[in-house]
Amino acid sequence: MDVENCRHMLGDLSDYLDGEASAEICAEIEQHMDGCEDCRIVVDTLRKTVLLYRDLPPPPMPQGARRRLFQALDLEEYLAHDA
Amino acid sequence: MDSIYRNLRNRNASNHMSEPYDEAALIARIQAGDKAACAECIEIHSPAVYRLALRLMQNEAEAEDVMQETFLNAFKAIDSFEGRSGLGTWLYRIAHNAAMMRLRRPNPYTVSVEETLSPETQGIVPRQLFDWCCLPEEDFESDEVRTELEQAIGELPEALKAVFILRELEGLSTAETAEALGLSPGAVKVRLHRARLWLRERLTPYFAELAHEAQGI
Repeated sequence: MDVENCRHMLGDLSDYLDGEASAEICAEIEQHMDGCEDCRIVVDTLRKTVLLYRDLPPPPMPQGARRRLFQALDLEEYLAHDA
Repeated sequence: MDSIYRNLRNRNASNHMSEPYDEAALIARIQAGDKAACAECIEIHSPAVYRLALRLMQNEAEAEDVMQETFLNAFKAIDSFEGRSGLGTWLYRIAHNAAMMRLRRPNPYTVSVEETLSPETQGIVPRQLFDWCCLPEEDFESDEVRTELEQAIGELPEALKAVFILRELEGLSTAETAEALGLSPGAVKVRLHRARLWLRERLTPYFAELAHEAQGI
């Protein structure tokens, strides 16, 4: 990777992936990727990284955590059914 | 180019803090000492507070402690809540501070949310250049991959972690994330970008190995 030529593009990559970069910046990045295989790989794998995290299931609360929280706050009388 | 985040808020809508309800009325009831309102607040916000706590602490028992501390502190301080941010954003802020106090023991008095970025988080230059996007989609959907993704979050440098969790995983806006963490919106954008680059670097060797295994190399 030619760090000097590619560094400028790297700074705009998140805006590009988020759809927040200007048309001019988008065109610049896409033109750069046409001639820079390393940067194309970085963009593709960065996009895939973001998508994998977007699809990551949220961790559930452990069994009994909700009940323990209500107990700690002295709110047990409002606890309907523990998950 | 379409934003890849267009549906993130919708994805989290079922359990996210932005679910529509009369927040002002709920806050007023909590401020008046209504315990049923406190219970409602917990029902609405505890899953998100727990997720943030777990991903910061990387330990279920500690995450539970942080969650309990968050609501205890929030209800104690509810009279000082001025409504400049949403209740959920305020709770995220309390939870983040509680987690940081624990993570930074035994020097809790050095806590600063607006910490400077360490050298390891500055100017991340991609060095891992294996293209693992070629892996079949089902290879990304295993429990092992999900565990690896969660583990990588846990290894993120501290200055980047909370921004990544709130902005990317919880779907907060840049402004909400900035409010929750006491950062400027510009700092949130920079840290999110660095977190993504850091995670890409961290995950590439793992996915490269998966690809090599699939190819029998």
